[in-house]
Amino acid sequence: MFHIIDRRKNPKGKSLGNRQRFMRRAKAQIKKAVEESIKTRGITDIDNGDQITIPGKTLREPGFHHAGRGGDRNYVLPGNKKFVPGDRIARPNGGDGGAGGSQASPDGDGEDQFQFVLTRDEFLDIFFEDLELPDLLKKSLKQTAAFRTARAGYSVEGSPANLNLVRTMRNSLARRIGLRRPKNSEIRELEEKIARLKEAENSLPEAKRQENNKALQALQAELDEAKRRSRAIAFIDPIDTRYNQFRQIPDPNTQAVMFCLMDVSGSMSEQMKELAKRFFMLLHMFLHRRYEHVEVVFIRHTSRASEVDEETFFYSRETGGTIVSTALEEMKRVLKDRYPTDQWNIYAAQASDGDNYSNDGAKCTALLAEDLLPKCQYYAYIEITDEREAEIFSTAEGETALWKAYAPLAQARNSRFALKRVTKAADIFPVFRELFAKNKSEARI
Amino acid sequence: MSKRPEHKLLFDGADWDFNTLKATYDAIEDIAINEMHLDVYTNQIEVITSEQMLDAYSSIGMPLMYHHWSFGKRFVRDDVMYRKGYQGLAYEIVINSNPCISYVMEENTIGMQALVMAHAAFGHNHFFKNNYLFKQWTDADGILDYLQFAKRYIAKCEDRFGFDAVERILDAAHALMDHGVNRYSHPEKPNLAVELERERERAKYEDETYNDLWRTLPQAEEDSETQDEQIRRQRMEQRRAQFGLPEENLLYFLEKNAPGLQSWEREILRIVRNIGQYFYPQKQTKVMNEGCACYVHYHIMNRLYDKGLISEGAIMEFIDSHSKVVFQPEFDDQRYSGFNPYALGFAMMQDIHRICVAPTEEDRKWFPDIAGNNAPIPTLCDAWAHYRDESFILQFLSPKLMRDMKMFMINDHASAPHLEVGAIHDDNGYRNVRRALARMHDLSVREPDLQVVDVDLRGNRQLYIAHTQHDGIRLDKSEAELTLGYIGQLWGYGVTLQAIDNDSGEILHETHYTPSDLTSS
Repeated sequence: MFHIIDRRKNPKGKSLGNRQRFMRRAKAQIKKAVEESIKTRGITDIDNGDQITIPGKTLREPGFHHAGRGGDRNYVLPGNKKFVPGDRIARPNGGDGGAGGSQASPDGDGEDQFQFVLTRDEFLDIFFEDLELPDLLKKSLKQTAAFRTARAGYSVEGSPANLNLVRTMRNSLARRIGLRRPKNSEIRELEEKIARLKEAENSLPEAKRQENNKALQALQAELDEAKRRSRAIAFIDPIDTRYNQFRQIPDPNTQAVMFCLMDVSGSMSEQMKELAKRFFMLLHMFLHRRYEHVEVVFIRHTSRASEVDEETFFYSRETGGTIVSTALEEMKRVLKDRYPTDQWNIYAAQASDGDNYSNDGAKCTALLAEDLLPKCQYYAYIEITDEREAEIFSTAEGETALWKAYAPLAQARNSRFALKRVTKAADIFPVFRELFAKNKSEARI
Repeated sequence: MSKRPEHKLLFDGADWDFNTLKATYDAIEDIAINEMHLDVYTNQIEVITSEQMLDAYSSIGMPLMYHHWSFGKRFVRDDVMYRKGYQGLAYEIVINSNPCISYVMEENTIGMQALVMAHAAFGHNHFFKNNYLFKQWTDADGILDYLQFAKRYIAKCEDRFGFDAVERILDAAHALMDHGVNRYSHPEKPNLAVELERERERAKYEDETYNDLWRTLPQAEEDSETQDEQIRRQRMEQRRAQFGLPEENLLYFLEKNAPGLQSWEREILRIVRNIGQYFYPQKQTKVMNEGCACYVHYHIMNRLYDKGLISEGAIMEFIDSHSKVVFQPEFDDQRYSGFNPYALGFAMMQDIHRICVAPTEEDRKWFPDIAGNNAPIPTLCDAWAHYRDESFILQFLSPKLMRDMKMFMINDHASAPHLEVGAIHDDNGYRNVRRALARMHDLSVREPDLQVVDVDLRGNRQLYIAHTQHDGIRLDKSEAELTLGYIGQLWGYGVTLQAIDNDSGEILHETHYTPSDLTSS
């Protein structure tokens, strides 16, 4: 007598609860480890989980155990090769003579480091923990205009188009059975019987005719009654009808569009573009966690601007002067054509080395202040400079043309505009964090 | 090969389905029950995925377990090890319950499933059902229900009192789990008739041995003890009687006597204690349990082959995995990490088999009872039922096996600058080596000897715990301090850990724990 049971279909993840409790326990360490790991890794692979190492100390499970060494003890080892009784062996350093190594620290509790892999979600949750999208709250409160229809059960009244046939017929059937409305087939059967009797009447002998007549009359009465009931009791009564009901559900705005603007003129080196790319990717990932649907628009510019696909945006070369306002004009056009503000959360990030055609600054500022910023949730400008240049330009005098033009915008109260300078990969995340830091956004609201 | 009877093979190749699994089980059962006469609980074989195996792993192999972060820690570690390929998963997990549940992984080949079923569903199962320690300490019928209760209860506590409160208690209880077992059965419940009989016999004995001469002896000088000391001793006796001291089951003592615990906290201590108790026999019979299972699977698989039920490919696959399992690296090998219980256990079982069937002169001298009795399996069944690792090794480790495994004993005296080879596998050394190896498997030697010895009821409620130090082996200091902290947390007042030398009885040193909220008030 035995059983074989297939448990493979049983719910998985029985250890999830344990894992969560473990994460809770080691939260502080894990967070620190995640931040460490962000500093060193490329942003392209930030979207994966990561193996992290945390100090094992906080995760110790102590107990009363014997110390690993000291005292007088004997132990037996296998694999003697040349020893005879009385041989002396120098004490090995560390360990306890090789024996009972597992006794001293059952289950590896003594280990200093603890390594494990975070899932992508766990990693990102920790990564974004202190961050909050600016003005997110404001937008979501404002955004009640969009609705979506959702099924909301059944009602007894409604438009014929919404009639729910199954429900209605079910009610009708129950009522007809309850009130004993004769079925059409029963009526038909009666009629056939009567017809048969009538036909038979002529061929019957006189004596039987009387009897036949009686039966005929009874059937006729029955038929009349059935017909009467059938007329009196409706096949479908208004009380049977059920209609599908729909309700309008306010639909929070869950789509966002992100504009990536970049200067691709000759003065931007590959390295600078790489930095810009990392910033854009981070922003995209961030938005993706907040919104169901995120679209990205790439606009590149030299002295002309155009909307391009991602590949072209990052990798194709173009030479020419630098007129930033062309990119802003292009963004304005795309916004107007495709992304009405009542349906989209709009974010923009601009990366540049700060060069601009000397007379263009004022135009840019005007475009931003009047047309773009009011529509955007947030507009971030990052200026990418060479490491060597950064040292030279670290003073206020070293500001670039674009920085000078943009700086006043950021200083205005309630500004949705932020600007930052980046010189190397390690700067990206701190800058990003600063741009989107929680308290800052609260201050702005 | 031609001698093998021509049978229809049970299976061919690696794939399996439930029909082949069932046929294979039936063939194995036939050998185990009808040929080996094993006595097993009803089997329940459950097929699971590797993920489920990982889950089961982390919660100490039980199908149902309450949640705790330490299981999560184990889980994430095993997860990493498994995914990176540092460590394979066990082929099976078997649970000492009735019906006996064995988990087998779906990834296993059918040959492997056969091995696993023979190993777990018959080897371990027989051991669980027949070994005296398991009979005495575990309740195979009730364990799953109890775990279910424990899991629900702790989840309910988490809901009511919060994760942190429950975690605190569980952390403390887990730290003391090894010291939450009763090592000896409780005395039988007192029975009035028996007590009266004893009383009568004692009186009778006194009457019979009465000698008036004793009365004339001068009284001993009782006042060598001062009045104070007498009172102190009396009170001490009182307390000891009241608390049932000395008590070596620390968790039991705290559960019953810690003043500040809520009733749910006591219940959690009880749960952890009961689970610890359930695993207590397993800790003492690792070598025998695995040895028994390996012997059984080895025997069954070979029988299947002899009967022509499995192919040569299957038996080769079996031999490959079997020899990996029972591999014992030598002490100077990088892979060495102590004796492999599978290797030692299997070698001993095979050796006993050999002694029964084909003894040498030496065996007849060492094992006159069993040598040449030609009944290897009944002999083994008897050993499986009545021994634990320590006594088993002491009784059955043969000189031949010591020679085969080239065992030698090291004396490690902290005072000496060198390690010394105390004995090797020769005529002078056999008994010493055997005794030392048995002691290494004696749980009461491996685990520190701790007892609650006193409670200061009139003063600050200090709890005194004595660690009796054998052979100068101390406790791991930092671990002990942390654990002491946990005891203090449960007890709610100060705790003192005294290290007492076993030989002289003097207190070597004391460690104190003072709860932080008491020092401030």
